[in-house]
Amino acid sequence: MLPDRHGRYGPYGGQFVPETLMPALLELEEAYRRISRLPDFRQEVAWYLKDYVGRPTPLYFARHLTEALGGPQIYIKREDLAHTGAHKINNTLGQGLLARRMGKRRVIAETGAGQHGVATATVAALLGLECDIYMGTEDIRRQRLNVIRMRVLGARVIPVESGSRTLKDAMNEAIRDWVTNVRHTHYVLGSVGGPHPYPMIVRDFQAVIGREARAQVRRATGRLPQCLVACVGGGSNAMGLFHAFVQEDVRFVGVEAAGHGLTSGYHSATLVAGSQGVLHGAFSYLLQDPWGNIQEAHSLAPGLDYPGVGPEHAYFKDAGRAEYVAVTDKEALEGFKLLSKTEGILPALESAHAVAYLKQLAPQYGKDDIIIVNLSGRGDKDMEAVAEALEVSGDAH
Amino acid sequence: MTRIEAVFRQLKKRGEKALIPFITAGDPDLQTTKALALEMAAKGADVLELGIPFSDPLADGPTIQAASLRALQAGVHFQQVLELAGELRQETDIPLVLMGYYNPILQYGLERTVSEAKRLGVDGFIIPDLPLEEAGPWRRLAVAAGLAPIFLAAPTSGPERIKKAGRLTRGFLYYVSVTGITGARQALPADLIAALQEVRALVQCPLAVGFGISTPEQVQGLAPYVDGVVVGSAIVQRVAKLKGPELIKEVGDFIAALKAPLRGK
Repeated sequence: MLPDRHGRYGPYGGQFVPETLMPALLELEEAYRRISRLPDFRQEVAWYLKDYVGRPTPLYFARHLTEALGGPQIYIKREDLAHTGAHKINNTLGQGLLARRMGKRRVIAETGAGQHGVATATVAALLGLECDIYMGTEDIRRQRLNVIRMRVLGARVIPVESGSRTLKDAMNEAIRDWVTNVRHTHYVLGSVGGPHPYPMIVRDFQAVIGREARAQVRRATGRLPQCLVACVGGGSNAMGLFHAFVQEDVRFVGVEAAGHGLTSGYHSATLVAGSQGVLHGAFSYLLQDPWGNIQEAHSLAPGLDYPGVGPEHAYFKDAGRAEYVAVTDKEALEGFKLLSKTEGILPALESAHAVAYLKQLAPQYGKDDIIIVNLSGRGDKDMEAVAEALEVSGDAH
Repeated sequence: MTRIEAVFRQLKKRGEKALIPFITAGDPDLQTTKALALEMAAKGADVLELGIPFSDPLADGPTIQAASLRALQAGVHFQQVLELAGELRQETDIPLVLMGYYNPILQYGLERTVSEAKRLGVDGFIIPDLPLEEAGPWRRLAVAAGLAPIFLAAPTSGPERIKKAGRLTRGFLYYVSVTGITGARQALPADLIAALQEVRALVQCPLAVGFGISTPEQVQGLAPYVDGVVVGSAIVQRVAKLKGPELIKEVGDFIAALKAPLRGK
């Protein structure tokens, strides 16, 4: 099973970090391999996932959405119903418990949409860890509610003014903090990117999504699905859903953000339109100029607004194991409206990208076929952006 | 023998230590960098370290991040930094070391980087996000071409990694003085000298220390324990503040002041 002992998925992955961090990555890998095998650690994680996070999250048969699309049966994996409103908690809980066992007293994280920041701040409050969250000022502007949530939970939110003031820059600052405070601080990386062992650890903690979905769809239908679809920024919710099905004859579709369109220069479609390179510690696909400088990403969905992607997705792309597509901001908003009106579920703008692509997928399948879409988060955090984009008034008249 | 090795050997004979100043190439423009580099070489620098601007310099503090951004805004890219090194090589024999993050080098091509650097008279590279584990292919190409792949060791490294870095590095071993990012600091870690003594006992190669060193007094305190001292942000701060002849003179004077305590008795 990948990664290999150099932290590689085929040619992708690796550990491209300053020397100061190398011993910490080696320590983290050793600790993770040792601790994650311990029966009492596994019981601890399982207990918190059930009684604190509220797992298993439902696999919901979306009858009305299915009818609206007129094709295959659509099942929705309801990660939006997990505590804090997104799948991010699966990973932050696992890493928080790991950090505590490693004797770290402080956790830090980067955040884009704020969901990973909230999930980290939540676990820090739960486990009594000191917590600092790095967030670009552009994202702070877009995601005020999540900033308030983090602060109420006791975390410090550190505004990042550099670069595009979004997720990439927040991650640079988080890494700089980790370089400085590595002896007592654990960096809770939020996606399946970054240097090894993070892509492996985050995947493993998120794989609960696919394990549950697999058992649930079997129980409900007696079969496996034909297709899985999920949005991809860094790629943690997609990898979490896909992983339990890797050996099966099930199609994987990852949906990236095409922003204003793939030719507009304003998008985040790393796998669809990017090229190979090194960013934030890993060799993968990324958005860059001809001289290797990282380009700014764009998406209406802050959680997809990142110019890199996890190395295992890069491997899946090259191996043909998964296919990656992109939908625009506008299409994502259509997806948002569709799910809201047919099922009464407000998806996060990130997840709305996956929902939107169902329109393309549905005609390719028959009525007996099954598609599972991962609803990675709920849309409450996006209501201001949605109100603006869809011109919905919150006033009395 | 490479130019870097020759310099450390000569200095050792004279009982001197190397001053290794860093500036970001193209900050605020390439002409200024060239003038600064020649002035630094004239005023006592022994090895010059030129930064390749990069959009996401994650081992650097605010001072060098800002320098990188100024250079990028001036449109400076890796090819131009190589060509600048070539121009400098026409006018000085001082060893030239390029400091740059891995992705721009990777995009340019490892083999192409090595052959162009060699052709233009570059002597070595410091790539802060390319640790020993990932450096194999780069190191083989560089060493085969007679370029020095210069590795770093940090306070977190531990004896085994320091020994390995000392074996694999060429030119010198760059010891990072602080657990942290680049940037001038008022005070260096209290245990730095003990750490340098420990490193010295673990490696055979020349040893230079850098990160946070900003005053002649700090340089003087470290000189007995190392073969060279790197000063970066303290110079870059001056580049950010001053312009024209005033900048050249200020940096020249600063280099002379930093070099004085390294000249031996």
